[in-house]
Amino acid sequence: MEKTEHKKGFTIPIGPQHPALKEPGHFRITVDGEIVTDVDVRLGYAHRGIEKAAEARSWVQNLYLFERVCGICSHIHAMAYCLGVERLAGVEAPPRAQAIRVLVAELERIHSHLLWLGVAAHEAGFDTLFMYSWRDRETIMDVLERFSGNRVNYSANILGGVKYDLDDEFVQFMCEGLDYLETRSEYYLEVVTTDAMFLQRTQNIGVMTRSQAELLGTVGPTARASNVHRDIRYEAPYSAYKQFPISIVLDQRGDLEARFVVRIKELFESYRLIRRILEELPEGDLAARMPRKIAEGETVSRVEAPRGELFYFIKSNGSDTPERVRVRTPTICNMMSVVKLAIGHQLADVPMILAGIDPCFSCNDRMFRVHLDQSVYANVGPLKG
Amino acid sequence: MDGSRNHVIRTLETVKRWGRLNSPWALHFNTGSCNGCDIEILATLTPRYDVERFGIKLQGSPRHADVLLCTGPVTRQAHDRLLRIYAQMHEPKYVVAIGSCALSGGVFADCYNTLGGIDQVIPVDAYIPGCPPRPEAIIDGIVKLLSSLQPVELQMEKETV
Repeated sequence: MEKTEHKKGFTIPIGPQHPALKEPGHFRITVDGEIVTDVDVRLGYAHRGIEKAAEARSWVQNLYLFERVCGICSHIHAMAYCLGVERLAGVEAPPRAQAIRVLVAELERIHSHLLWLGVAAHEAGFDTLFMYSWRDRETIMDVLERFSGNRVNYSANILGGVKYDLDDEFVQFMCEGLDYLETRSEYYLEVVTTDAMFLQRTQNIGVMTRSQAELLGTVGPTARASNVHRDIRYEAPYSAYKQFPISIVLDQRGDLEARFVVRIKELFESYRLIRRILEELPEGDLAARMPRKIAEGETVSRVEAPRGELFYFIKSNGSDTPERVRVRTPTICNMMSVVKLAIGHQLADVPMILAGIDPCFSCNDRMFRVHLDQSVYANVGPLKG
Repeated sequence: MDGSRNHVIRTLETVKRWGRLNSPWALHFNTGSCNGCDIEILATLTPRYDVERFGIKLQGSPRHADVLLCTGPVTRQAHDRLLRIYAQMHEPKYVVAIGSCALSGGVFADCYNTLGGIDQVIPVDAYIPGCPPRPEAIIDGIVKLLSSLQPVELQMEKETV
């Protein structure tokens, strides 16, 4: 970390390689003493050009490409893509496949939230909680590995359905894991709401009111912690969420503590939903037949990733490759809230505020155009050309 | 006089190598990977795998690190940073490329903004394949790298034990 002097105070450049986060992002934080007066974010270190590469690959090959937009929420990316392509082709996945898709999506949410809990606790200097939550996260990694053979990119989706079925032995293994995690999650909820040292780092830090959260366009648990009713699973149920509805988890306070509480309470909702799916799992085929070429047309596919709304725009020209795929990930929606919220806080709170939105830079680094207009903070439009 | 001086230098070298090989400090740099490998690297530090018991520690600064753990296909923006981090590390330094993208570009091989692997930019000492490699594979790769750095007589000694 180097310090350079400016007229307004010190600007501290952090990143792209820095000890706090495991992903590349560059921050220029201007401070007056200990107080942050300005934050500038430079992104794009993980921009690989996935959307362009998708145009040169077939519909099936793209499934594996989009799974690797983000390693933490790989299933939900593939699911959003599959739902969009199936809609274009006029094919609907069988009910059993849809239920399994949602089940894996909820398992992924559990793994992602536990991962986040650990990383966020690490930013607060609470390494014990980091080690605890990552130890417990291995339970869910074992479940995912038993299900698909891989810990991270499960590749459960295929166009028209899913690859893997559930058997009794696996279901029992998963239920044991979920029971264990449920008791652990109760403990975590108690820790983040009662530990005095931890509360000093989270209570009334990074407070975002409901109107601010709506104005900044936040999504996912970050928005729900500010009492914004925004959850695609609840607002516009897709796939098996129509059959297995989810109840939305909200919090009034809008500070960092609320973001911890909302995410941990969402874990309980995920456990409940998975058990309910297992009880009423529909019988039938795992996949419907898909055509090799997809009919001409365009569609929008919205799903709720662990971090918030994930948006896919897919355009087909009737050939065996897509003409355009646009991905908008939740982190880019939430990133501007960090820039706003950090101002006025101490420098030491910035990593916590950043971790509070659960940033994912590899999701984030899509190409987009920003219209510089003072009245609107940043108007994100699609890439041109 | 010369003989005893050489003896001191030799002993110091042995101590240095012993320290370096028994407690390598690692630096992690993501050159544009999907996070999959990065969470698996982090998982090696957590209780189930716990590489800290072997003296392996993740470091924040390139100036303190012996081993550079690199993931990702090297994007054009990350290229200069990767070179700078590599230059900031002290000799002797070792580079481990982790994951399919770091080896060859992987699924991003023909993307316009990637360079297709760590060894296109800096010399690599060990390659760990997988998308992503399991934590056991990462530990195995690092252990193999470290044991190849042992002097020949020590390697043979270990094999006979």
